[in-house]
Amino acid sequence: MSTRYLPYILILPVTIFLCVFFLYPFVLVAQQAFWSDTGFTLDNFRKVVGHWKFPISLKNTLLLAAAVVPIQLALALLMATMVNNMGRGRDLVLYVWTIPLGISDLAAGIIWLAIFDQSGFLNSMMSGLGLIDRPMNLLSYQSPGLVFLAIMLAEIWRATAIMLVILVAGIGLIPKEYYEAAEVFGASPWKRFTRITLPLLRPSLSTALVLRVILAFEVFAVVQALGGTLFPVLMGETYNYQFELLNGRSAAAVALIILAISIAATLVILRVLRVPKGATI
Amino acid sequence: MTAVTTDTAGDTRRAGRYVYLASVTLLCAWVLVPLYFLLINTLSSPEAVNAFPKSFIPEFDLGSLTFFANFAGMLSALKNSILVAGVTMILSITISAPAGYALSRFDFPGKELFRLLILLTRAFPLPLLALPLAVMFIRTGLDDTVLGLALVHTTLAIPFAVLITFSLFSGIPVELEEAAWTLGCTRLTAFTKVVLPLILPGITASAIFAFVISWNEVFAAAVLTIENRTLTAFLLQNLDTSPLHLKFAGGFILVVPALIFIFAVRKYLFAMWGIANR
Amino acid sequence: MAEIQIKNVAKRFGEYQALSDINLTIADQEFMVLLGASGCGKTTLLRIIAGLETQSTGEVWIGDKRVDHLPPKDRGIAMVFQNYAVFPHLTVFENIGFGLRMQKLPNDEVTRRVQRTAELMHIEQLLKRYSGELSGGQRQRVAVARALAMEPDVILMDEPLSNLDALLRLEMRAELKGVLAESKTTAIYVTHDQVEAMSLADRISVMHQGRIVQAATPVEVYRNPAERFVAGFIGNPPMNFVTARPEGKGRWNVAGQSFDGPASDAGALEFAIRPEDLTPAEAGLRATAKVVEPLGAHLLVTCEVDGALFRAVLDSDLVVKPEDSLTLAPMPDRVRWFDPETTKAVAV
Repeated sequence: MSTRYLPYILILPVTIFLCVFFLYPFVLVAQQAFWSDTGFTLDNFRKVVGHWKFPISLKNTLLLAAAVVPIQLALALLMATMVNNMGRGRDLVLYVWTIPLGISDLAAGIIWLAIFDQSGFLNSMMSGLGLIDRPMNLLSYQSPGLVFLAIMLAEIWRATAIMLVILVAGIGLIPKEYYEAAEVFGASPWKRFTRITLPLLRPSLSTALVLRVILAFEVFAVVQALGGTLFPVLMGETYNYQFELLNGRSAAAVALIILAISIAATLVILRVLRVPKGATI
Repeated sequence: MTAVTTDTAGDTRRAGRYVYLASVTLLCAWVLVPLYFLLINTLSSPEAVNAFPKSFIPEFDLGSLTFFANFAGMLSALKNSILVAGVTMILSITISAPAGYALSRFDFPGKELFRLLILLTRAFPLPLLALPLAVMFIRTGLDDTVLGLALVHTTLAIPFAVLITFSLFSGIPVELEEAAWTLGCTRLTAFTKVVLPLILPGITASAIFAFVISWNEVFAAAVLTIENRTLTAFLLQNLDTSPLHLKFAGGFILVVPALIFIFAVRKYLFAMWGIANR
Repeated sequence: MAEIQIKNVAKRFGEYQALSDINLTIADQEFMVLLGASGCGKTTLLRIIAGLETQSTGEVWIGDKRVDHLPPKDRGIAMVFQNYAVFPHLTVFENIGFGLRMQKLPNDEVTRRVQRTAELMHIEQLLKRYSGELSGGQRQRVAVARALAMEPDVILMDEPLSNLDALLRLEMRAELKGVLAESKTTAIYVTHDQVEAMSLADRISVMHQGRIVQAATPVEVYRNPAERFVAGFIGNPPMNFVTARPEGKGRWNVAGQSFDGPASDAGALEFAIRPEDLTPAEAGLRATAKVVEPLGAHLLVTCEVDGALFRAVLDSDLVVKPEDSLTLAPMPDRVRWFDPETTKAVAV
């Protein structure tokens, strides 16, 4: 008798917790965004979308994700394959490569600030090499390209590790026999990678991409540390609406727009990388 | 003729080996050098941090760190960060581990729905929920408290904690528990005498994971605290105004637990994700 | 002191009927083997007796106590698992003593009983080791010792030898039989290996599709299968079947030959004979050899009789080539008959 109810008792705490701190506030956000004093409205959305900063924020957020995620994916795949063939030193290399996993976006922003700052290491290096006479202000409104590059590098530096971990775990689940079989049939290392690793890695790839893309749309502190107001992004706009302008409804509307983009991206990734039933390892 | 061809083949292989080693080294440097720069800045006097050009060797001056420690509100922010992360760690493990156990041991109607809820949470920009929660917390008196923020961070950590504990429990053969039952254990004593000792290292690893999730979180912390800022919230709020050496010292303090964390859980990191993926 | 009674036990997993209407009585100190192919419900039945699974309907009695709603620990059973389930975080000593410690026995009593069962299973030199330092066979011994140390009324074993290699399996089988006979406990043993079942059992319960089709001594199950399934399952190679047409009262036509058979008025019966109960003779069933396999001790000839597959185990001195014609005479008292409608055996 007791075993029938036991699982429900065990999942009860999480369920209650998620209802109170996830589903309920989610409903509240939606309510704030869609309802005004007079009832259902799209005014909040019209207002935030019509604001001059919105297209720039949207463009920046999407552009950043589009620039960062593919590089991270390629890099993570490269690192994962390298580690997979490694004998001695594997643990040490993996440790070093996964360090950024534990580093917050804020800390990552600050770390790259040490490099790109006017008195930072990049300027010091360039002047040491005699390329420049005096330090340049790299992160200014005159060089939006450099600001973008700095943010991009910081994001790649910080968040490749999470993909690496998921992919290394995924590659570990692929039985070695498949590679040996492919080798016997004459597949080159590159063919083995594209014909065996990639298809069998689809579940891990989709987890890694979904997680990474969602986090990319939430990019905030790195941008704040490196670009400040020079590079507006959606999450920053939410923050501004809430704190600078004290406008909860607009903040909620932007939040829902971010959510919509995230869900759309998730669905696309899951669809593209779906594994037919029965074709799993 | 054959001797020559094998020689070139050997050369190609050796060249490939060098390229491989060089790439590994380069990628290690890519991770480590920025951290080294941060270390230089942290271990330099405030004057050196703001000077130009920079030295590439730290001068081992504790000036910046002392300044950090003496900066008004900084130490209490550090204390708040540790408290919030600690509470998050305890809450998320005690709440999530039973669910992870249920997922790994039972088939029950509604299991898929529950998994969906968990996955949904993981796929959702959670910090956004801090906005309505701020209102809710003001009503309940939880605003600007360690517990309030810890609750939000726990929501953040739960999907990971559930999936990780699920994969950990799945790694313990159910026969071990059944054997314990037939040897005179109740469900509870079988858990404490057999499952718990086997799972403890993994649980510790996932607890540390929860700690770091909270420690690193910026957005909700900034939204939900005003007086009792955490370190991340404090640094974010003062980004425009605070001097460079303060930022770098703060960044350094943020990074240290990360290094320890990854080291402590390195054995579990991949196993945890291996099953949690599915 | 423990007879086991299983009364009308059934088990459903959702739509799937895993067990239906199981009735079985196992005598005190009897060694009962549950034999069947995978998915026949034998392990489910064992787990219901152990209390690891709850039956949908029915009762389980151990001794004079109804146990079907008691947790495993209150049933007076001990169990040996297929993959041993030796606790990896405990030494061999603590593994064997685990159940005794749960009963809160005094230390010296635990030590005494662990020592004794360890000696019985020849693992007394391993007591300080951990599971990871043991071979498969040694783990198996620990698992058995752990169950025996409990001095249970009933010992349940779920394919305990299936993970061992062939030679070790043979050795453990003999040892297990001796140890259990000495311990005087009632034993229920699940296996899919009929040789194991034959060699160990006092009685075998042959299971098929969630039912017990026959529960009898090994010889009885082998000689007088109660159902066509048992005849086709037991024996390696199993029984041969040829369709028999009625020729008049008690006479049946089998592949053109006339045989004495049951006085049944069925439209057709199945004539069944074991491959080793056939000898080449002047008169008998006409067969065409297809595949000839010399197995050392004897010759296994796969042939065709009346269009049906038919195997004969013959003397290894015989020279037979594929496509040879043979005349095979069945030993008259070994011929069995089955009703194709009910699949039950038909008495002569």
